[in-house]
Amino acid sequence: MNFRTLALPVIAATAFAVSTGGQAFAQAKEQFMPINAYWTGPYAAGGSAFGGGMIDYFKMLNERDGGINGVKLTWEKCETGYKTDRIVECYERLKKNGPTGMTLFHPMSTGGTYAVFERAEKDQIPVITLGYGNTAGSDGRVFPYLFPALTNYWSQNTAKIRFIGSQEGGMDKLKGKKIANVHHDSAYGKETIPILEAQAEKYGFEVKHYPVVHPGLDQKAIWLQIGRQYKPDWIILRGWGVMNPTALKEAARVNFPRDKMVGVWWSGAEEDTVPAGPAAEGYIAAGFHASGTEFPVIQDIIKHVYDKGNGELPRERLGSIYYNRAVVWGMVSAEAVRQAQDMVGKRPVTGAEVQKALETLDMNAQRIEGLGATGLMPTFKLTCADHEGGAAVKFQQWKGGKWVQISDWIETDQSMVRPMVEAAAAKYAKEKNITPRSCS
Amino acid sequence: MIYREAGQFKTSYAADEAIFPIIQDRWFVAAILAIGFIAVPILGNDYWLGSVFIPFLIFSLAAIGLNILVGYTGLISLGTAGFMAVGAFAAYKIATAFPWMNFLVVLILAGIVAALVGLVFGLPSLRIKGFYLAVTTLAAHFFIEWVFTHFGWFTNYSFTGVISSPPIEMLGFVVDTPESRYIMTLSIVVVLALVAKNLVRSELGRAWMAIRDMDVAAEVIGIPMLKTKLLAFAVSSFYCGIAGALWAFVYLGTVEPQAFDINRAFEVLFMVIIGGLGSILGSFLGAGFIVLMPIAITNGAAVFGAAVPADVLSNLELIIFGALIIFFLIVEPFGLARLWQVAKEKLRNWPFPY
Amino acid sequence: MLDVVITDPLFAVEVIFSGLLSGIMYSLVALGFALIFKASGIFNFGQGAFVLFAALTFVSLLNMGINFWLAVLISLAVMIAYGIAVERVVLRPLVNQPLIILFMATIGLNFFTEGLAQTLWGTEVHALDLGIPDVPWNALGDATGLYLSVFELVAAVIAGVMVVALALFFSKTRTGRALRAVSDDHQAAMSVGIPLQHIWAVTWAVAGIIALVAGMLWGAKLGVQFSLALLALKALPVLIIGGFDSIEGAIVGGLIVGASEKFAEVFIGPYFGGAIENWFPYVLATIFLLFRPQGLFGERIIERV
Repeated sequence: MNFRTLALPVIAATAFAVSTGGQAFAQAKEQFMPINAYWTGPYAAGGSAFGGGMIDYFKMLNERDGGINGVKLTWEKCETGYKTDRIVECYERLKKNGPTGMTLFHPMSTGGTYAVFERAEKDQIPVITLGYGNTAGSDGRVFPYLFPALTNYWSQNTAKIRFIGSQEGGMDKLKGKKIANVHHDSAYGKETIPILEAQAEKYGFEVKHYPVVHPGLDQKAIWLQIGRQYKPDWIILRGWGVMNPTALKEAARVNFPRDKMVGVWWSGAEEDTVPAGPAAEGYIAAGFHASGTEFPVIQDIIKHVYDKGNGELPRERLGSIYYNRAVVWGMVSAEAVRQAQDMVGKRPVTGAEVQKALETLDMNAQRIEGLGATGLMPTFKLTCADHEGGAAVKFQQWKGGKWVQISDWIETDQSMVRPMVEAAAAKYAKEKNITPRSCS
Repeated sequence: MIYREAGQFKTSYAADEAIFPIIQDRWFVAAILAIGFIAVPILGNDYWLGSVFIPFLIFSLAAIGLNILVGYTGLISLGTAGFMAVGAFAAYKIATAFPWMNFLVVLILAGIVAALVGLVFGLPSLRIKGFYLAVTTLAAHFFIEWVFTHFGWFTNYSFTGVISSPPIEMLGFVVDTPESRYIMTLSIVVVLALVAKNLVRSELGRAWMAIRDMDVAAEVIGIPMLKTKLLAFAVSSFYCGIAGALWAFVYLGTVEPQAFDINRAFEVLFMVIIGGLGSILGSFLGAGFIVLMPIAITNGAAVFGAAVPADVLSNLELIIFGALIIFFLIVEPFGLARLWQVAKEKLRNWPFPY
Repeated sequence: MLDVVITDPLFAVEVIFSGLLSGIMYSLVALGFALIFKASGIFNFGQGAFVLFAALTFVSLLNMGINFWLAVLISLAVMIAYGIAVERVVLRPLVNQPLIILFMATIGLNFFTEGLAQTLWGTEVHALDLGIPDVPWNALGDATGLYLSVFELVAAVIAGVMVVALALFFSKTRTGRALRAVSDDHQAAMSVGIPLQHIWAVTWAVAGIIALVAGMLWGAKLGVQFSLALLALKALPVLIIGGFDSIEGAIVGGLIVGASEKFAEVFIGPYFGGAIENWFPYVLATIFLLFRPQGLFGERIIERV
């Protein structure tokens, strides 16, 4: 085979591709949103919904309202493969795009959050992590550009214990109960251990932690210990990816009742329950948003995007847990821009302006209704000191092939979470020699 | 005609032992260094410096480390990512325990820690060979990964287990702009590459190659197996450890075991094989190929890929990447470094056919 | 925790039996590796991707409403065709290259197959129901106290059948014997008139069939999704312990890995904070290798200068 004839076109194409990549297309009256998600790799089933859902929402805004106050939204996709180094690469590649640069950044991975938030602070680009990310970042005094908004992992966990308490018939009934915490053996999985232990002490229940090694294709050893030896009253599932359906199947195999298993929102989507088949029936999961297509905002997406054949995803994925999560992410992103425009005028806004807007963002019932998302997401309010909002959590149960809401919005226990967040933030500030800014 | 050694006489032993005995090579290397140190920082923007050249340089370093083991000594290892993680965590522990320490000293100490760990996990290589050895180095990888995930001491008992790396300070100068990070990485990589180039030409390097070509024969002619193989593991891990520390401190800005998962080990192995086994230059070429290719495919596809759905596009990237690996192997199984050699041979006679 | 073994021996027995069954599931994947290694000396890194490709093809056909057995047949045909194509396009131009180059080519193949599978069939997670319930066999459980999964018992039987079939294939058929000759020495085999390329095509096609069986069973267990490609990492220690080139070794290795890793995780893991399952089989394999560098059933390595 002659190398030259074959290789030259390849090299030429490569050189062309490299040299044309990463161009900014500067145009006025546009607001640039980066979309990094993962369409490949072990987590692609969820990742494709995240990217697609956000884009669908932005498309709908452009189509229905002509953007935000006349400013069109633009975006560019970036494939991260759920890998930290690719997320950094995406961040650096896209940060100068659009007339005002990148508006805000969703890393869509906890590891990626840690890798970009310091750069983002320097570049003045707010990093929004809804439902994941650096929990300590809820303290806005130390982390001005990090927004783990709505509900962080620790808050979520307190709501979960309250939910379990309510199922038992009162928080005092938790005394002497046994809870097994089955978690992904990673930084993400281990994050709730401190708050669980603090609550165990407060309410007098017992908690035991069972790490599951990545990727969790076979978990028998853990489930035999749980099912035959520990025999807990409740199980908290804190998994990710293929670990979740496997856990449900293993639970069925040791005859542990699935309606005593409560998952975090990364263990509670159709992608987690469908593969488990009948083993998932009755399983409960937390959520910071609801599933379903009945909300006006989703209907608008169908009307303005899908009915015109512009949708990013197969229609049947609309209204799924991950899809609706992405729509919530899109709404918070767009509302941050709108808020910033209210403050500085109806023009494309910069990252720094969005950061200020986020710190005054008040997603009250009226505003959520205006978005057509009543019931889809809880109310929350961010301030300079509180970048989380401590929003309430809803619990849903997998029944007959779909998620059914079984609880109202359950408030989180900020009296427990906030001091721990502040302690973690203070520790970080001390390590890095940061003087927390004053928020008064 | 362009590339000819005719007329270049070696008149001293020193000249005979030079790293680049031919003047054209010396000019070429000097030109590359000039481009690297002067042209790139001036012409490159933040993205190119911070997200393309720095990863390329760091991976080149890791590839040199692995090449010493695989290419020069013939011991296949998949423990690279583990040793990189050791370097990263060692650097984190040292830098947080002694915040006043110069970053270069931290790096060297981290490299030494990685070398010691490599030494321990190199022990089975005395008895186990080939692919079997590759899989036992996976034992090292998974064990190291588990240790860093499970013992809070390594992360200074952080609540979350992901830690952000401390700022890099050298002689009162904070290295934080892409330019300064790039120059620092480039300097480290150039020095270490020169050291490696000399090392493989030394007695030790020749002993490594003897073992690679036939270890029983090497033992018969009196090369000490234990010492030579373990030194290969130690030196290789030293390079990987420094690469890992740079990856965490200079590129990611965060230290986490997931950044050094098993795919990372495979990635570095691809670089070594695609670049060329037993070639320092090949390590750079291989790293360049693996780092640039996905970015080029993504950007290339983005140019005319608006009509293709995102998930298809991303998977097409995988297909193209896989096909290119196979294509290059079929065209030139001995790696990009061999292509370079062939090119030099051609240049020597050019414009005459032979 | 070790005292539990004495106080509750039945539990220990259950752990070991469950582990043995898990081990058989690993063996299913390992068989594909062993087959190709035996026939060509290549470590096929892409076998995990083959499993994914086969399972995705099968489940997508089912979702199109195609009859179960027809879907099996079509998937078989696809996998055989793919195996033959791999031989044609990838391996034939690389004959007589060093093994590490061939290994590298299979890595390229791995990416290619992963990408192809997901381009064709998408990245969504699919449920796969083979009609075998994945629940404890209560009749057996009530009688003995061992609640073993019906599904895994069936899988174990299937794996056993496959091993016997492969063993017969290798020892009794003409092609099988030719395969063994090829694995001993490519050139010698070619010089006595064995068509190397034909033999390799057969091997890769059979590896495709094994991938389909493994993919169907694992897909029913986990759901058909990308993570199936990660099964390769579970199969590696099995291969080392059994020996890369041994079919029986793949099964025995699987049993050893499964039982010991479960036992270690349940009874030793808690002393160290658990989750030792990932590295324990590899360390065990390393220890095995220190005593038998060719694995339990591998061909003895004879070195000459």
